[in-house]
Amino acid sequence: MKKSIHVIAYAYAILILLFLYGPLLVMVLMGFNRSPLYELPFNFDLIWFQRMFTNERLLTSTRNSIGLAISVSILATFLGTLAAWALVRYSFRGRNVLQTLLVPPITIPWLILAVSMLLMFYWLKIPRSNMTLFIGHVGVALPYVILVMITRFQGMDRTLEEAARSLGASPLVTFFRITFPMILPGLVAAMMFTFAVSFDNFTISHFLAPQGVSTLPVEIYSAIRKGFTPEINAISGIIFIFSAVLILISSREIKFF
Amino acid sequence: MEPALGRSEGITINSTAADKEYKTSGAKPPRRNSRQKQEIWRRLKNQGVLWFLLLPGYGWLAFAIFIPLLIMFVFSFLSDVPFGNRVVEFTFKNYTDYFSRSFYWKLTSKSLMTGCYTTLYSILIAYPMALVIAKVLPNRWRSALFMLVIVPFWSNTLVRLYSWAIVLRNGGVIDLLLQFLGFKPATLDILYSYPAIIVGLVHGYVPYMILTLYISLDRIDNSLLEAASSLGASWWQTFWRILFPLSLPGVISGSILIFIPSIGSFIEPRLLGGRSGTMIGTIIEDQFIQLFNWPFGASLSFIMLVIVLLLMGIMALMLARMRLLRTQ
Repeated sequence: MKKSIHVIAYAYAILILLFLYGPLLVMVLMGFNRSPLYELPFNFDLIWFQRMFTNERLLTSTRNSIGLAISVSILATFLGTLAAWALVRYSFRGRNVLQTLLVPPITIPWLILAVSMLLMFYWLKIPRSNMTLFIGHVGVALPYVILVMITRFQGMDRTLEEAARSLGASPLVTFFRITFPMILPGLVAAMMFTFAVSFDNFTISHFLAPQGVSTLPVEIYSAIRKGFTPEINAISGIIFIFSAVLILISSREIKFF
Repeated sequence: MEPALGRSEGITINSTAADKEYKTSGAKPPRRNSRQKQEIWRRLKNQGVLWFLLLPGYGWLAFAIFIPLLIMFVFSFLSDVPFGNRVVEFTFKNYTDYFSRSFYWKLTSKSLMTGCYTTLYSILIAYPMALVIAKVLPNRWRSALFMLVIVPFWSNTLVRLYSWAIVLRNGGVIDLLLQFLGFKPATLDILYSYPAIIVGLVHGYVPYMILTLYISLDRIDNSLLEAASSLGASWWQTFWRILFPLSLPGVISGSILIFIPSIGSFIEPRLLGGRSGTMIGTIIEDQFIQLFNWPFGASLSFIMLVIVLLLMGIMALMLARMRLLRTQ
């Protein structure tokens, strides 16, 4: 009885993992298939990876995405960490309100946020540019950073800092020798996480990117609408593995829930 | 010298500690009056540090999220996009248009139904999985499986959808598999149909449900279940009378977390739904990208925003109620 339950349980878990990973696996495999129409039988070939590296559009949009995601992750992590520090280490009036304000930006669909930003920039007569794109991406990434860093700071042992201070270390020395090394893993994890959030974000880019500038998700979007090419499989496969590694590393530090 | 910034209570200071510091440093203790001045000065400085920490982040949030939402609200009452010399006036027309045309009602209910289907299928798929992770698997496998569930969730949405398009298209893996098994409707046309949208949405959001359910199931003490079965309860009774009620907070928060993005989705319907992919999300996108009817798009977005906020409020109330019941 007990054993059969275990067999069923494992079988079910494998089934769900197959549902989660199956399509991605097929996609990656088809990137190695010679046929441009994804026809079987399967003929192993690296031609699509080669083509991908000469596809200027695809490469440019990938570079755009990476550059945007890196700058977003740096700024969002910096601003978010400052705010989280204030929310954890100071008690002041309105602290709970500020903390509650972080929930709506995460739960409101990105479509609504993107559209409203588009309207505001139009209202202020700011044309769509890399700057508007950047503002939007940082805006949606910030609440995640603040929430992540709040849990990080709350779980921090303060006695070390107090010990350093009572042994005569100045606030500056205490910060650089004790506090900063303690929060560093959290900072790195938050940066990786915001990188993934920004790199993944199609909606904000769709509405706020200037004409002619496309990010990788935007490029994949138009590829699905206009016609498939295995070059997209190739780059999608690379991206999937890349973001999986990012998430796995950052998850050591971030408790996702 | 002053205490470290934000040490325990932050703004309040420990006066005896300050006294001690004056004694040990050998300096003469200052008079009351200047002590008070110093205290005020210190408070001001703390206040300044607080602003310095909070203002950049929250200022950015205000500028990128909250002010735009307000402007969207204003825009939804305009008769036209303020552009060149156009005469723009305040009107309720965008809202009366929405409420008077059954087309939009039908679309709204379609979006809501899509949210319901996505949530329902997610619960059905996720509950056994969460149960397996929380109660069956040995500890050392638990976190590994947990990670395996999380990875596709945080990976690229467009990559995910692209993979489904590859799998579901005519001549794709599912098609070939069905043909191989002997079902041979020449073209199945799964891609570009309503079920394809649901599949894409469930695939994207089911990890939410697995995670929230896992968290609430993990908290349930195993001895409760053992007590139930040793007192003669069947596994169905144990599940229905103990496990399920105790996991309800997880079900509720997971449902809301899935329902909200599902009704606001527009990428999945666009890419996987084809002609049957018209939903409120895609209509909103059309107003902004194709039709340049921004005020109407703003009013549709605002209506959706109200629905979303209502749902969040309901969730908060339900969860608070449950917590209250449990403590009583």
